[in-house]
Amino acid sequence: MAAIYSLYIINKSGGLIFYKDYGSKGRMDTNDSLRVASLWHSMHAISQQLSPTTGCSGIELLEADTFDLHCFQSLTGTKFFVVCEPGTQHMEALLKVIYELYTDYVLKNPFYEMEMPIRCELFDINLTQAIQKDRVALLGR
Amino acid sequence: MQFFGGSEISPSPPAPTATGNNAHMMYVFNRDGVCLFYREWNRPLHTLNPPQDHKLMFGLLFSLKSLTAKMDPTSAEKGNRGVPQLPGQGCSFHSFRTNTYKLSFLESPSGIKIILVTHPRTGDLRNSLKYIYNLYVEYVVKNPLYAPGTPIRCELFNTTLDQYVRSIA
Repeated sequence: MAAIYSLYIINKSGGLIFYKDYGSKGRMDTNDSLRVASLWHSMHAISQQLSPTTGCSGIELLEADTFDLHCFQSLTGTKFFVVCEPGTQHMEALLKVIYELYTDYVLKNPFYEMEMPIRCELFDINLTQAIQKDRVALLGR
Repeated sequence: MQFFGGSEISPSPPAPTATGNNAHMMYVFNRDGVCLFYREWNRPLHTLNPPQDHKLMFGLLFSLKSLTAKMDPTSAEKGNRGVPQLPGQGCSFHSFRTNTYKLSFLESPSGIKIILVTHPRTGDLRNSLKYIYNLYVEYVVKNPLYAPGTPIRCELFNTTLDQYVRSIA
């Protein structure tokens, strides 16, 4: 029950800066992943307009029939969202871990340009390790 | 019509899953985007005027359904982005949650969409929405004076709905 299908990171303007799929189920071709990212960015913004109370910061969890989508938005507007199997636990914690990895290996990289696609090897390596660890921990339960 | 298994309102409504405040508001749309019903019980913030609010809500749901159909990991065929999906075709979402509210959604095969906005810690409201759909069938559809596609003005529906929503919140 620990299946993550894919991970997306979008910048504050809604452009996709990082996409990773895990397995053939989450796979999407480049154009589609770009479209999905922009769509999500807009949906996230519109959901704030429809809130019955003040202080809404957008969709955090979307539950569908065959998948769940967890989203984390940092204070700067960068969104991290993960598509996973319905009912997967601890996705929020995983997203926070990914955010930490992003700040360490991407933002502190002097050659990384803000809002551009992420091409940082160390980020990829550590991300894979974090997801692996997550999988093992969950399967062990 | 065995969509929800039974043509009469089930004798006992599903057990309440939510605790705390009342539900915030409810919308019912038909397949063409006409808002048939809007009721609010607790809505401190109105960002837009009612017609814009209804349109925005319908637009959001339409786009979210199209997004979930596209992102569905179990479907082999993923072409046809943007083509309106038939009700029931493709994967659909049933709820989403933000930090201030939770929106639960149900679409019937005829395209009637029921949306209930509650506080964020509400549980799964799918059975409650099915019950509300049955209320709609009993008090609205079976009302000989109601013309489909027009806004709902049935007192009995309003009162029974209020009673039921108070019991789940």
